[in-house]
This record gives sequence, structure tokens and C-alpha cells, in this order.
Amino acid sequence: MARMSMIEAIRNAHDLAMDRDRQVVVFGEDVGYFGGVFRCTAGLQKKYGSNRCFDAPISENGIVGAAVGMCAYGLKPVVEIQFADYMYPAYDQIVSEAARMRHRSAGQFTCPMVIRMPTGGGIFGGQTHSQSPEALFTHVAGLKVVVPSNPRDAKGLLLASIEDPDPVIFLEPKRLYNGPFDGHHDRPVVSWKNHELGDVSEDYFTVPLGKAKIRREGSALTVLAYGTMVFVAQAAAEEAGVDAEIIDLRTLLPLDLETIEASVKKTGRCVVIHEATKTSGFGAELSAVVQESCFYHLEAPIVRVTGWDTPYPHAQEWTYFPGPERIKRAFAQVLEG
Amino acid sequence: MTAPRPLSLHVPEPGCRPGDTPDFSDFEIPRAGAVRRPAIDEAPEDMRDMAFSVVRVLNKAGEAVGPWAGLLDAEALRTGLRHMLTLRQFDERMLKAQRQGKTSFYMQHLGEEAVSCAFHMALQDGDMHFPTYRQAGLLIASGYPMTDMMNQIYSNAADPLKGRQLPVMYSARDHGFFTISGNLGTQFIQAVGWAMASAISNDTKIAAGWIGDGSTSESDFHAAMVFASSYKAPVILNIVNNQWAISTFQGMARGGAVTFAARGHGFGIPSIRVDGNDYLAVHAVASWAAERARTSLGPTLIEHVTYRAGGHSTSDDPSAYRSKEEFSAWPLGEPIDRLKRHLITIGEWSEERHTQALAEITDEVRACQKKAEANGTLISGPKPSPRAMFDDVYAEMPPHLQRQRQEAGF
Ligand SMILES: Cc1ncc(C[n+]2csc(CCOP(=O)(O)OP(=O)(O)O)c2C)c(N)n1
Repeated sequence: MARMSMIEAIRNAHDLAMDRDRQVVVFGEDVGYFGGVFRCTAGLQKKYGSNRCFDAPISENGIVGAAVGMCAYGLKPVVEIQFADYMYPAYDQIVSEAARMRHRSAGQFTCPMVIRMPTGGGIFGGQTHSQSPEALFTHVAGLKVVVPSNPRDAKGLLLASIEDPDPVIFLEPKRLYNGPFDGHHDRPVVSWKNHELGDVSEDYFTVPLGKAKIRREGSALTVLAYGTMVFVAQAAAEEAGVDAEIIDLRTLLPLDLETIEASVKKTGRCVVIHEATKTSGFGAELSAVVQESCFYHLEAPIVRVTGWDTPYPHAQEWTYFPGPERIKRAFAQVLEG
Repeated sequence: MTAPRPLSLHVPEPGCRPGDTPDFSDFEIPRAGAVRRPAIDEAPEDMRDMAFSVVRVLNKAGEAVGPWAGLLDAEALRTGLRHMLTLRQFDERMLKAQRQGKTSFYMQHLGEEAVSCAFHMALQDGDMHFPTYRQAGLLIASGYPMTDMMNQIYSNAADPLKGRQLPVMYSARDHGFFTISGNLGTQFIQAVGWAMASAISNDTKIAAGWIGDGSTSESDFHAAMVFASSYKAPVILNIVNNQWAISTFQGMARGGAVTFAARGHGFGIPSIRVDGNDYLAVHAVASWAAERARTSLGPTLIEHVTYRAGGHSTSDDPSAYRSKEEFSAWPLGEPIDRLKRHLITIGEWSEERHTQALAEITDEVRACQKKAEANGTLISGPKPSPRAMFDDVYAEMPPHLQRQRQEAGF
């Protein structure tokens, strides 16, 4: 066991995957010599050579398009998009190409690639370094979408994603790279080094895709959350003294319906939380799923707490970001119902 | 038949990394004044040489020489020097403000001041720039109030962009400055579109697009080249080659091409390489391209050869990927020193006047900063209203946003 930040856990996962499987190659903007602007790939080029870990031109479209070609050859590329906000130029290659390759070629060509990207706000990144585009991916047949919330999961989920025979969108909440978030931006940043979820085995292990994790057991209501919001939900539950069951979804596509269903059937109430804008966000899918499978068990309407339907503003991020206050209000609302 | 040999991947690497001694001896630099000045209607195929050389005007002795010299009088040059000094002072103070925690982020221009400051002087009111984040010199040279620039950087109550944009992502339509996107390259094709619109409308205005060397690998760059070429758009396409894109050296984006300027040849676009640290050369080449655009001769591609002396941004530590000595070894010198030396050489400036000008500029920038900080900084003092977060998403606020604004308590 070692105490690791999420960055270190991700780096460690790359290292183990490259060591185990020669087909794994890693590339993207600044990922080679420098090791990435967040340092998630630091040291890999030195260890594995620039044949297997290298810088790419600033062309997201090129990065993903080249990865599709490498997959067709038989490699397993893990590519980094420097910020999720910059995946739009690559969107066509992801959606029309990588996602459909297996289907359109009847399995002759596949795309066992991982596309990693830092997401979410909370670091004063303004509108072009803060977005949470998960819903743009969960709407696409053929993709898998993963969002880890802590170092251990980040490592295990990344290794599972690299092993996965299909394209995986791996969204890394950059707010959690160095430590968990206690939900309050005016308090000192906590480090993973002092946090139980920073305990990560240095051995090779995977966390299966498609399996949620109950982060906190409770009977009064169910919270569906992922990434940074898991911690905000925890803070809200503790501060409000609400016996909330908090489910960390970990994989958004495919979704762990069983865990969600069992929990909501038990509690009868559900709050859905994410940082992305509300309209047509992933929360809409979660609400629909809960409604479809748990309608007769619900004792109150499902409530969504999300970012506002505006671009992420630089100076107002803490008003934009769903903090514990808004979540506590949502708890009160579903408990009243 | 011989057995095929195993292939290997070529990954370009810069010649110099931390700990190495910088060596620019491969960089061929013509003497100042040595490069010819084509007629503005010269056929693109007859001036391909211009993409492989470097237009330079100021020589080592501080004289302006050759066919590109003589466009600016002493008064204009003193103004140019003032713009560059102002930009450098502005950078210094804002960099410090970021270090003091008054804002989240800053990007400086150190070493690249001549590019935007000199270029601005070659265009006219009503023309439109589509800049990226390292052309604040366009605003300084256009007389845009520095206090407003600082208000934007501080995201304070007087921020013209209401606290929405990342620091340095200015927008100043009245100053011919298109709103900056954090997404690299997107503005390049938009510049071409603006120029096409000017032509469609039988207007007389022209556009200038700006992109960094690294960002030329984005698809938008190539889209811009195709559109500019096909429609002979009245646009100047500027590539600022400052050698680095964060940690990635310029050779990565350039690939097998000899120069970035040579990219224009495949599109039949006249392409010129210019010494970006030479105020007179940048201005002369910009004027040449502007005249071409304004006389319906179509686009020009300009590669400004310069060096990013500072970090990429306040989040960057360049010593992790390049030699600390590289900037001092950079053969094109430093733009402010070069113009200053020239003015002194021609008897239009002196060390005393320079010291005095610098003191005045420092005072002016400091005064602007004081004024801006009275409107608040990112961490303290007055802020833009959170209510403003919901404005301008649409021209008219739809009901769902009104509801959300209420729910947010504004
Ligand atoms: C589409 C997109 N991809 C990646 C980034 C992240 N990024 C910001 S600046 C930068 C380097 C740009 O280098 P260059 O174009 O050479 O301009 P310079 O900073 O050197 O002036 C990168 C990769 C971005 N902003 N947008």
C-alpha cells in the first residue's frame, strides 16, 4: 500500500499497463518529455522510450484519429486530451468513428482505446477549462464513460479501461487530482496523503467498469453522484445530519442499474447531483432510469442539483458549482415530499 | 529481394533540453536589409523564396537598412517604443498581481512585444483582429484603457466581461479586437470569414488572424488556409512562431516542413517570414500584406519568428523542459533594446529620455492598477453581480434560466 494522489495513481496505472502489455502506447499534447501539464504521464517516456510515450501536435482531431488507426493495426492507445474542453475538435473521430468501428465493420475493426481528459471546475479555469461534457458521450452508442472519484478507483478503473476491448472515455475530475474536496472552497485543500481513499495498492488490480460503489450507507434518501460531487454530497449529508445513502456511480455508461434500483427501493427518495449544466444533462437520464424502475417505491419527486444552464464563469465558479448548501436544500425538499 | 527492415517511429525532439547548451547555429539568419521586397502584386509562385528567408530591417549597429526600411518617421518609432515598454510594464505588474493571489492566471509577452505592437500600426481603424492570448499589444497600441484590461484580469466589478472570461481573454469590438477563445485555433478561420464578409459587402476593411506555432496543427488552421485561398479573402494570416507551445517545441507542429511560412505554398498564398523581434520589419511586412488585402489581391501568410522568453503562463515552469540559457542565446535579440538602439543611433532618443519614459510609463501602469484594484480583485473587494452569470446566454432570458436565477437567489 502507498498513499497516492489521483495524479500518482493514474501515472502508476499507465506504468503498470505499459509494463504488462507492449501494445499499450501513450500520447497527447505535452505528455512525452514533460509528462503532461498535470504530470499524469511523467517519467513514462524515460522508462518506455519515445516509441511508446510521445508528444502530439496540438490537434485533438489528429490525436484521436491517429489512435483509431493504431487500434485498427492492433495497438491499445491511451491518449490524453489536455482539458475536456478541447475534445470538441476530436468529437467527430470519437463519435462517428471510434464509437461505431466495431458495429459498422461487423467486428473486423475495433477501438480498444482510452481517451483521458481532465474535467470539471473548482480551479478558476473559466469557461474553457472547467467543463463536464459527460452527457455528450453517454448519448453515444459504442462508448463507455468512466468518472473516478478517488485515487484507488482512478487506478483500478483506468487499468480496467485499458483492458477493455472498446473505446472508453475516462473523465478525471481535476478538482480531485491532488486531494478530496470537502465541499467548501474557503477551507484549506485536503491532501489524499492523509485520506483513507489515498491508500492504493502498488500491485496491478482493476476496478470493474459498470459497477457503482456505495460510499455511505443510509436509509433516508439515495444520492446519485460521481466525481467531485461525491464529496460535496458527503459534506452535505454530514452537515445536515441526514441519513443519506451516497452512491458513487464510477461508470456512467454502462450504468449500474442494480445498485441504483436497490438503493432507491430501500430509501424511496432520490437526489441526483452533477456539476454539468442541467438541461439534457446526465441527471436527466438518471432521473428517468429511477422513475422507470422505482416509480412505485418513490415517496417524493426526484430532485436534481446541477450547474446552471450557463457557461462556467471565471469569477462566479462557487456560485455555479453545486455546493453543500444547495444539496442540503435538495435533501430537505425530498424529505418533505 | 532483400528482407524488409523493421520500421521505427520518428518522434521529433528539440536540439536542446535542460542542462544542454543552446545552439542556434543551424538557424540561418540573413543580414538585415538583405531580403528583397516584392511588388505587392507579384505572383505567389515567383516569391516562394520569401518563405525561407527572414525579412530584417534593423542591423547590429542599430541602423535601418534595405528595401523594407524607411516607412516610419521618428515620432511613430518613439510611439512604438512606448507601446512596447508599456506592454512590458503591464506584464510585469500583472504577473506580480497573479503571484500575490489577486487573480488566478496570467500570460505574458516577454520577448514578443514587437509582433503585435508593430503590426497594429500597419492596420486602420475599422479593421478587425482575431487574436489569440498573446497579442495584448494590439490593445495597448490601439489606446484601449489599461484599467479595463486589468479589470478583466481581476474579474472585478468593473470587468467589461462581467467576470466570465479567464484573465487575458479580452474582447474589445470597438478596438478591432475579436473576443478571445480559450480553444486554440478557432479564431483563424473566423478571421477569414470576417474578411469574406467585408468582401461580400463591398466594404474596404480587412481582417487579421493570429495563431501560435503550436496551434497551426489544429484543423481550423487548415480550414482557414483553404477558405482564404479559394475566396482570395482580404485577410492577413499571422503565425507567431515563438519556438514553444507549452513544453512542445515548434518542430512538432511544423513536421517535415522547412518553415511555417512554407505552408502557404500549397495554397498559393504569398508567404513571408519576418524577424518578429524587429519592430520595423514587422511593421513593413504587415503594411505590405495590408496593401495586398486592401487592393483585392487576397491573403498573405506571415510567420513572425520570435522567442517566448517567459513561461507559457503563470501555471508553467519552462525550466522543466528547456534550457534556462536559451533566451540569452536567441540570435534575434530583444525587441525593445533593438528599437531603442535604433532611435539612439539616428539621434532621436537618448538613455536619459529612455529612463524618463520608463519612469512615466511605470507610473501610468501603477496608477491604472490602483484604479482597477479599487474595483476589486478576484479574491477581494467588489465583484461582478452573480446575477450577471445568467445574462447574455441568450439575447432574451428564457423561462428556464429565469427560474434557475431565482433558485440561485439572484
Ligand atoms: C483546442 C485546444 N487544445 C489544447 C489547448 C491547451 N493549450 C493552451 S495553450 C497551448 C499551447 C499553444 O502554443 P502556441 O500555439 O505555440 O502558442 P504560444 O502559447 O506559444 O503563444 C495548449 C496546448 C487549448 N487551449 N485549446
